Amino acid sequence: MSILLIAEHDNASLNAATLKTLAAAQQIGGDIHVLVAGAGCQAVAEQAAQAAGVSKVLLADNAAYGHFLAENLGDLVADLGKNYSHILAAATTTGKNFMPRVAALLDVAQVSDIISVESADTFKRPIYAGNAIATVQATDAIKVITVRGTAFDAVAAEGGSASVEAIDAVFNSDKAEFVGEELAQSERPELTAASVVISGGRGMQNGENFQLLEKVADKLGAAVGASRAAVDAGFVPNDMQVGQTGKIVAPDLYIAVGISGAIQHLAGMKDSKVIVAINKDEEAPIFQVADYGLVADLFDVLPQLEQAL
Amino acid sequence: MKVLVAVKRVIDYNVKVRVKADQSDVDLANVKMALNPFCEIAVEEAVRLKEQGHATEVVVVSIGPKAVQEQLRTALALGADRAIQVETDELPDSLAVAKLLQAVVAKEEPQLVILGKQAIDSDNNQTGQMLGALTGMPQGTFASKVNVAEGSVQVTREIDGGLQTVKLQLPAIVTTDLRLNEPRYASLPNIMKAKKKPLDVMSAADLGVNVARTVNLLKVEAPAERSAGIKVADVAELVEKLKNEAKVI
Ligand SMILES: Cc1cc2nc3c(=O)[nH]c(=O)nc-3n(C[C@H](O)[C@H](O)[C@H](O)COP(=O)(O)OP(=O)(O)OC[C@H]3O[C@@H](n4cnc5c(N)ncnc54)[C@H](O)[C@@H]3O)c2cc1C
Repeated sequence: MSILLIAEHDNASLNAATLKTLAAAQQIGGDIHVLVAGAGCQAVAEQAAQAAGVSKVLLADNAAYGHFLAENLGDLVADLGKNYSHILAAATTTGKNFMPRVAALLDVAQVSDIISVESADTFKRPIYAGNAIATVQATDAIKVITVRGTAFDAVAAEGGSASVEAIDAVFNSDKAEFVGEELAQSERPELTAASVVISGGRGMQNGENFQLLEKVADKLGAAVGASRAAVDAGFVPNDMQVGQTGKIVAPDLYIAVGISGAIQHLAGMKDSKVIVAINKDEEAPIFQVADYGLVADLFDVLPQLEQAL
Repeated sequence: MKVLVAVKRVIDYNVKVRVKADQSDVDLANVKMALNPFCEIAVEEAVRLKEQGHATEVVVVSIGPKAVQEQLRTALALGADRAIQVETDELPDSLAVAKLLQAVVAKEEPQLVILGKQAIDSDNNQTGQMLGALTGMPQGTFASKVNVAEGSVQVTREIDGGLQTVKLQLPAIVTTDLRLNEPRYASLPNIMKAKKKPLDVMSAADLGVNVARTVNLLKVEAPAERSAGIKVADVAELVEKLKNEAKVI
């Protein structure tokens, strides 16, 4: 068996999601090659070469891959991937964007968002917003898989010494073009990597009130998340949405503030170790999954919490 | 320009699904079914493109047994012009769906194909991208804004780090995210009108596509349940518990 794993990065550093995907690859077993495709991403290849369990790094360094467009990455990975038994990527918005193209080009199925490796061809994955867990067996010769980061513990970032091989193939579609991006700037930890997350919902009432959450977050070194309702209402940007169709988080501590606990929200956070709910409605479904519930007005609680920490 | 919208019949999003006692699958008997919410957003976007004069015709297609006609009628009531059902006994895998849609695309030659980014039952998030690869079309997935221009479309995408905008040559694929629009409700007169709109039925065999599955469903289990914990009286007790009992701060 041989596995091609596509690294997630920003051309400067390797994303932690890659180390978690590597853990899934190690459970499948076999030789693991990591593809670093990007522009000016030599440093990322060097980091990938040090990650535990990697036997070779393939470096495709070309402007065509700089913005990770699915058309170009899909063609490249399908071309390289035909010689492997498994192709893996993190189930991030980048992985979700190009991996199904790879599967279709290779005429195989994709197994999305796996949460466990049962054997080299059998995996578990959540369906119906995590209200059921399916065990599926992929029978295609090449298994194309995306991996849910919260379900795997990252492998060591250092200690390995893989060789780096340059890939010259350039796939550059003239049908898709990068125009621009607006990336969120934050000093706080990244939502999916933070050990503490505090999220606000519709109960926050507006975007300014999120400062109350941020002050608590700063005391805890926490990331700040939100429910769909808070994002839809324009309180905060889309990259903060936790849930079935947003980001999946599983921190040591998740604090839900003014969030009712719809199944779509629970799907994104119910694997957190400890859940705290702050809600003025004692009937709110969020209390059914909370280890510690506080029935109170969030506008009273948040300043007190900031003080107490 | 013609717009093709692919839609899926799924469990209503308010319903919490249950697993069958024999763990063979989830139990959908007597469960309320609906148009997948992301597909509803896709239909709405296509109808708006028509209202704005960008689209000339909106065609909706769904794959599955006869029951999917109900969701096609819903899409027609929301403003689509005509519908196609590709009849299959069961719901095929995403790749087979993408191949069936590829065959429909070859017949209909749309300039834009809009799909939901994911169906809330299988949560796969793959069909649109697969269709893109099979047809050689570029894709704008997880769209929160779509701007059609002459020969191209500009799509703003919701990505993990924020927003990304891409420009795609037509014909192209768009998959919808939650912020793209807020779908309208179908009015009673439109629901009545939808009953008379054309709905063609074709079979997977007519389209020459093999829909055999390559992923076997071995088992479906209920997830580990979390039980409710305790209620604390105030912030002081909460902080004390988090420090000394849960030891997470
Ligand atoms: C296709 C689809 C996908 C979806 N994906 C997601 C997703 O990924 N993530 C997600 O979160 N949702 C998602 N949803 C939406 C989900 O169904 C809920 O609508 C949403 O999670 C509700 O957000 P909320 O809890 O903030 O708002 P509400 O349900 O309105 O709850 C607000 C809560 O705040 C409390 N509150 C109000 N004021 C105060 C106060 N002063 N002090 C204390 N408490 C207060 C109220 O008691 C209430 O419980 C999705 C829905 C669909 C249809």
